[in-house]
Amino acid sequence: MLFEVKVYISLKEAVLDPAGAAVKGSLHHLGYEGVEDVRIGKVMTLQIESTQDKIEATVTEMCDKLLANPVIEDYRFEIEEVVSQ
Amino acid sequence: MKFAVIVFPGSNCDLDMYHAVKDELGVEAEYVWHDETSLEGFDGVLLPGGFSYGDYLRTGAIARFSPIMDAVIKAAKEGKPVLGVCNGFQILLEAGLLPGAMRRNQNLKFICRPVQLVVENGETIFTKEYEQGKEITIPVAHGEGNYYCDDATLESLKANNQIVFSYKDDVNGSVNNIAGIINEAGNVLGMMPHPERAVDSLLGSDDGLTLFKSILSHWRERNAITS
Repeated sequence: MLFEVKVYISLKEAVLDPAGAAVKGSLHHLGYEGVEDVRIGKVMTLQIESTQDKIEATVTEMCDKLLANPVIEDYRFEIEEVVSQ
Repeated sequence: MKFAVIVFPGSNCDLDMYHAVKDELGVEAEYVWHDETSLEGFDGVLLPGGFSYGDYLRTGAIARFSPIMDAVIKAAKEGKPVLGVCNGFQILLEAGLLPGAMRRNQNLKFICRPVQLVVENGETIFTKEYEQGKEITIPVAHGEGNYYCDDATLESLKANNQIVFSYKDDVNGSVNNIAGIINEAGNVLGMMPHPERAVDSLLGSDDGLTLFKSILSHWRERNAITS
């Protein structure tokens, strides 16, 4: 079975995001005064050949080992089966 | 004494590191490509700066899984001196040999200039030839040297005297102005400033050479070699 997995990685709330703060400043400069916070993260799209019972554990393992750094980052993911036409 | 200088794809301070120990310190050194799997016969390991794997994903994240890293971790566990500078420090953090992580510099700029460091712990195998509390001049060159760890980790770093170098004045936003930390066992040091670029007063400073001399003098004492 082929799955498409989207992994969302963001800095933990306790970790300052200097790039996000710079973007927030720029948005304020453009007149969007209401912007209270900007956090910049990453999205990765993976195509993975696996099975329904294994895919979640596999992606969790990938995130813990390599895709995210648990010291400063949180992650979540969405799994969708790719249906062939 | 013989050092291994690990070379990853994208390392760019490997030649400086080799020059520092081979020509300035005057001991044996060899480049070891990241594909190798053994560090047999080496007495110390040097992880140089650069942009291993283009800093893709996170700095040091991909290099951490290079084949040679199992041997680096083994050498660390055996108590051999392991020094990671700049990207080398980032790799040690990703490998879990040192606690914490790096964020982008607070001002979002790549910072490349000599900075004043304070030797916070002059009793490690890397700093025993420095006076405790001495101020030294060593260059930094990094975009992601903004050290982060949580409060509990910071307290344990302080309690165990693991903060080895701090910036005299804030450089990049690092927690507690941390510039370099050592592991609990005292044989793995990571630092953002480049001691290998400060080994000759002709080039502005030779304060970094003392660090390499410390490692050598520790090794000589341990092996009962009189110089």
